[in-house]
Formats: sequence, structure tokens, C-alpha cells
Amino acid sequence: MGLEDLSHNFLTGSLEELVKWARRSSVWPATFGLACCAIEMMAAGAADFDLARFGMEVFRGSPRQADLMVVAGRVSQKMAPVLRQVYDQMVEPKWVISMGVCASTGGMFNNYAIVQGVDQVVPVDVYAPGCPPNPQTLIHAILTLHEKIRLGELTRRSPGETGAGIDLAAEPARPGWVAPPSGVRLGTPR
Amino acid sequence: MTSEELKAETSEGLQELQERDETGPVALAIEEGSQFRLPEGPVLNPGDIDVEFGEDETMIINMGPQHPSTHGVLRIMMELEGETVLRSKPIIGYLHTGMEKTGEELTYVQGATNVTRMDYLSPLHNELVFSLAAEALLGIEIPPRSTWIRMLMTELNRISSHVMWMATNGMDLASTSMMIYGFRDREMILSFFEKTTGLRMNHDYIRPGGVAADLPDGWEDDVMSIVETIPGRVDEYDELLTGQPIFKRRTEGVGIISPELATAMSATGPILRASGVAWDLRRAMPYLAYDEVDFDVIVGSVGDTFDRYAVRMNEIRESCKIVRQCVEKMPLGDYRAQDKKVTPPPRARIDESMEALIHHFKIFTRGFEVPPGEVYTAIESPRGELGCYLVADGSNKPYRMHIRGPSFVNLQSLPPLLRGGLIADAIAVISSVDPVMGEVDR
Amino acid sequence: MTAAATSAAELAGLPESPTVGAGGQEVIHVTRERYLEVTGALRDAGFEMCADLCAVDYLRHPDRPLPEAVTPERFEIVVNLLSLERRQRVRLRVQVPASDPVVPTLFNLYPGTENMEREAFDLFGVCFEGHPDHTRILMPDDWEGHPLRKDYSVGRVPVQFKQAPGPR
Repeated sequence: MGLEDLSHNFLTGSLEELVKWARRSSVWPATFGLACCAIEMMAAGAADFDLARFGMEVFRGSPRQADLMVVAGRVSQKMAPVLRQVYDQMVEPKWVISMGVCASTGGMFNNYAIVQGVDQVVPVDVYAPGCPPNPQTLIHAILTLHEKIRLGELTRRSPGETGAGIDLAAEPARPGWVAPPSGVRLGTPR
Repeated sequence: MTSEELKAETSEGLQELQERDETGPVALAIEEGSQFRLPEGPVLNPGDIDVEFGEDETMIINMGPQHPSTHGVLRIMMELEGETVLRSKPIIGYLHTGMEKTGEELTYVQGATNVTRMDYLSPLHNELVFSLAAEALLGIEIPPRSTWIRMLMTELNRISSHVMWMATNGMDLASTSMMIYGFRDREMILSFFEKTTGLRMNHDYIRPGGVAADLPDGWEDDVMSIVETIPGRVDEYDELLTGQPIFKRRTEGVGIISPELATAMSATGPILRASGVAWDLRRAMPYLAYDEVDFDVIVGSVGDTFDRYAVRMNEIRESCKIVRQCVEKMPLGDYRAQDKKVTPPPRARIDESMEALIHHFKIFTRGFEVPPGEVYTAIESPRGELGCYLVADGSNKPYRMHIRGPSFVNLQSLPPLLRGGLIADAIAVISSVDPVMGEVDR
Repeated sequence: MTAAATSAAELAGLPESPTVGAGGQEVIHVTRERYLEVTGALRDAGFEMCADLCAVDYLRHPDRPLPEAVTPERFEIVVNLLSLERRQRVRLRVQVPASDPVVPTLFNLYPGTENMEREAFDLFGVCFEGHPDHTRILMPDDWEGHPLRKDYSVGRVPVQFKQAPGPR
């Protein structure tokens, strides 16, 4: 549609900067706190490590009103379809921060019950390591996301962009593993 | 009415009904049917249900698992008539991590890292119950300083957990400032934890054999500054919430549970104490050094949401009392048992002694072996009775490690508590039951 | 629990059931047939709360220490009862064979065992006869297998430096 075909000149260039500034200055997170990392996320939103200075203190209950999903905590097999459903309900542009090692790679729980990395279910923009990450680490991850928004293009994911590096079509189905809906590209192997 | 007159003919034949006065609350709860028994998995198509819809039809809605008001990933299926909740069913398992299976793969030294992430609001309590169970099987004695350090840390953890509960409870009942205040106080305690254990949360501090490290220099000042500020702040929150008419209207008389029903449902902790039963494991079956400190057990009278709030708030004050006594009476000595097979040597010794190096290596790679046996140890966590059933088979890993999570059992009392209330009351009740889904699902 | 406290077995009038003290705790081994009867007797004797009910799979540890009169089976159901008045605990252990893993439910005596029995069924496959809601509680409804059994592998995925070991 209109904006994607536009090649930016000096008139539209500054408009692009304006839109990106607006987008990164008021990223509204959706509440998706699952486990221990959720407590640190709440602590990051509280008074000592204030998220309001980044425009992010409103944690929207409804995913339709949110821009950012911070997956805070371990994602179990039962929760993975719910995670995907909430992600699908969010409106573009949307970003995902995978907070903590359990969300990034499965963490210390390398077993039958935990999805080994939330990037098997949703595309992730920033990974924040830690068990649980300090609120300062989470804020660093948020600022990294802001940089990504600032340096990125207005249009979102282009077809060639790589995601987690896992080709989901080739992945054999494990018991209880829920495949995302067909037609969704979550990244191609390098 | 006599029992003869009460005998009614039902579709299953003659059925003898008990006199209403004789029917206890437990039988009544089961007969009344507050538990909603319907399959949890797929969404029901109303066209599939073969029921005639009448004038007063009830609606089945789903609350969660992603919802700002539930404490973690708890899903509740509720049958509503208008806005009144009739039957409900809490559905759990959205955070199942296989921790009990993982516990069978990790050694006893590593076990505390796994167990600590169950109840993530009071991680030191999980570590404590696991360590106490392992030590009971090992049969080793813990030095007194180690016992008092454990008591100090777990009571501070109780304060931080209850303050966190007040914060989230306040926010659920629409007092956002309570959330900010609660986290402010929690940060004080967490920075002391970071100084002592190295981590703000999920510290791997209490291990079988003692604690991982001694208290840092100047800890008395840090702890006294905590216990001098927090009671004053709790008085402020008391004024903010207890005196407020809206808070009182939302919590008084809401979600009442009787002591018999609470006991039958195996509810422990603030739920049981608020209903009038003075059961606190620290007083009834003391562990660590709780028989040497002076504190009161807070008991409620009505068993409603307000009582549970009052019990937790006053428990913060009692814990501050206990922490003060810990600072006064802290004995000197070793912070861990001097058993070379169980606790690693101090780091400086590794450079001097070959034996120390070998012990250090063996303990951290292979762990220690625990003689065969089984034991059940229970402590009082902020949510109730936290128990650990440990089966050892003589190897360096537990054969079976089962943690009795208090929230897992307390959730069973949720359907009777929700029955007859409005959805807004449901939020208040769930918040007052204080489930932590990490220990519910493990 | 002082030495002067009467044992739970005496209170419930069960002199002939074998009891073993494990770490200072009283354990009563009971057969499946007498399970409900013994639990009911203990409840009438004052053990009004069921603190915990769990299952253990002894597939890899079949020669655990047991009294003479008890024949070991693959599964064990362990019930911890608590008397608030007497401040006493008692533990019951029931042997359950793998060929017929069915045990009567304690729901009618202790409604608080509902979730615990569902968990034992979900993770071990032990069935509880008479339970009002005999479904999985922690795993998804369509999950196959019972994860905490000893012949169910942990399900590790191979990671760098640590390939996945076989089932224990």
C-alpha cells in the first residue's frame, strides 16, 4: 500500500523520522507476565526503575491496544497456543521482547514441559538474558528496541528477513507442540 | 421435620436425606455444587449442548489465562447468572515446568536452584524446605548461626512477599498508588538480598548444610533500617486502605469461608487463620529456632477477604518483630555445617590443601550421596504449609522430590469462595487467596 | 511431636498395621483393600486435614527399605495427614501394582484431595476410583503419556556442549 512503495526524499524523510520518534516514545506493553520475570517487569514499571520516563507505564490489558509484548517467564506447552493467539490479536506495528532465559531459549528447564525458546512461536525482536533479568537489563532491552525502531524502516518485516534461524516446516512435530497457523513465516535458516 | 418426612423419592429411587441442621458445611458445599465440572480443553459450541435454554439461562465465561487481574496464568471458567457467579472451575497447568522431573536430574547441591523458582515471591522458603528435607535424610546438625541466618532471611522474605501481595491486591482493587508504594518497600529488602546472596530474586542461598555465604559486614545496620521503616509505612497503608469506605465495602463480607470447610479443603496459611483457626506451623510445630523468638499468631474472626488482608498486614508487623530479635540474638560461629562431604571448603583453602580441592571438585560436580529413606518436611511459607516429600535412593540425586505447594491446595477453596458473588468480588477473592502459579503448576 | 504423644495408629485403633518411623515420623503401610477404612479411622481419630497426597514410581528403586509384611509394587501413593489439635502428622503408604493402577479416592473423606489426585493421575497414570473429575490438570488435555514415570524421558533437546542423554 501507499507507504511501502514510497522511496524517501527530503520531504517524506523527515516525516519518517517523526513517525519513528512517535512510535518509539510511547510503546505500550501488553501484560504477558508469566513467572518470576513478571515480578521484575512489574518492578521495572514501579517507582525505583521507572518505565514511565520511556512512555511505557501503561500496561494495556487488551492486546489490541498494545504495541509491545514482553514475554516474561517460561512458556509451557499448554501456554504456547495462548501466546500465539495474543500475539495475533495485536495490531501492526508490534514488537516482542523475550525477557529472561526461559523465554529466550528455555533456560534451565530443558525438558518436556517448556517450549525451548519463545521464538519457536512468535518472532522476537530483542532477547534479554538473565534469570531473572534485573530491571536495568530489561530497560536496556527496551532501549535497544527503541534503537531498532529508530534505525529501522517504517515498513515492518520484509520477506527475506531472518528470524530465529529455525525452519519450522522442517521441524518434526513433538508431542504436544502446537504449530503456528499456516502461512506465517517465522524466519529462514541462514 | 423428621427423617421420615425428609425421605424423598428421586429418579434414583428412595434417597434418605439428612436433616438440614445435621448436614455439615463440607457436605453442603459438595451438595450445593460450587465446583463446575466441565471439560477444559476445546471451546464448547453452544449448539452441541443438548439443554433447553429457559428464561433464566446461565452464561459460561472464561477468565484468563492472560488477564491483568489474575495473579499469574490462572484460568477460571465461571458460570454466570447475570453478574453473579454460580459455579466456577480454576484451570491450571499453564506454567507447568516439570520441576519435579528436573529435580530428579539435578544433584542435591543443584536442587536449590530448581526449587527456588517454584514460589517465586518467596524463593528462600522453597530452598529452606528442600534443604531441611535433605538434612533430615542426611542426619547432619546445622550450626546455630546458620539456623538464625536462615530464620532472618526467610522472615525478610515473608515481609517482602506480603508487601508485594498488598501492592498487587491494592492494584486489583483499583488503588494504583498501593502498587508503587509496595514495590518501593520491596526494593529495600531486595537490595539487602542482593548484597547478601548476590541476586534480587531466586537466590540459591539456602542449601543443604547451611547457607551459601555469611552475612556481609554492616548487615545489622541494613536490616535495622528495614525494620524501622517498614512498620511506619505499613501504618500508612493501613490508613490508605483499611479506613477507606470503598475498600471496606469491596472486601467486608466477600468470600467468606468457614473453618470446617477450610480444614476439609486442606487450606492453610492466611486463609485458614482468617477463618478463625489458630494454625501456624512456626508456633504449632516449630522448625529452625522459632520456639526461641516471641511473636503472635494473627487470627481472623469472620473469614472474609478483609480478614485475610488484615491477617497478612499484621503478619508483616510480626515478622518485623522476629527480624529484630534475630538481629539481637544472632549467634557467632559457622554459617554452614563443617561436614567435608556435604559443604564445600572455603575458597582460600583450595590453594593450600589438595584434599580441599578434591572435596570442592567432588561436591560441585558430583554432589554428595544421601542414604536411602523418605521424609516429609513442612514449613510455614507466606501462602501456607509448604511441604517437601523427598525420597532418596542412596545416589547423589533425589529419587523423587515432591513439593506440596500451598497455593495448589488453596485453589481448591476458590469455587466455594466465589459462589454467590459478583465478578468484581471474584477479583477481590482471587487476589486475597494469593495464588502464585509457579508453585501451583511446578 | 514428643515421645509422650500417643501414636496415630493407637489412636485409630490399628494395632496390627505395620508402622515404621522414618526420620522420627510415623508411617503406616496399608493395603489397597484397607486404604479407605484406615483413612476413615484416622480421620475419626482427629486427623482432620489431609496435608498432601502424592505418588512415587519405584521402577528404578524396587528394593527400597520396607517392613517384612509389605509386598513392594511399582507405584506408591503417599498420603500425609495432619491433626491440628494434637499437632501430629502421620503418613500412609499404599502399594499400587503397575498392572492394575487403581486406588479408591479420598475425595469423600477429604475434599481437599481433589487436585492432588488429579495431579497423581496426570503425572503417573494412577487412577482414582470415584473421583468426580478424573481429568488431566497440569498437562494439556490431549497429552499422551504420564511424564513423571521413570520410563518417560525428560525430553531434553540437544544443546551445544551437552547432547541429549537417553532416558534414565
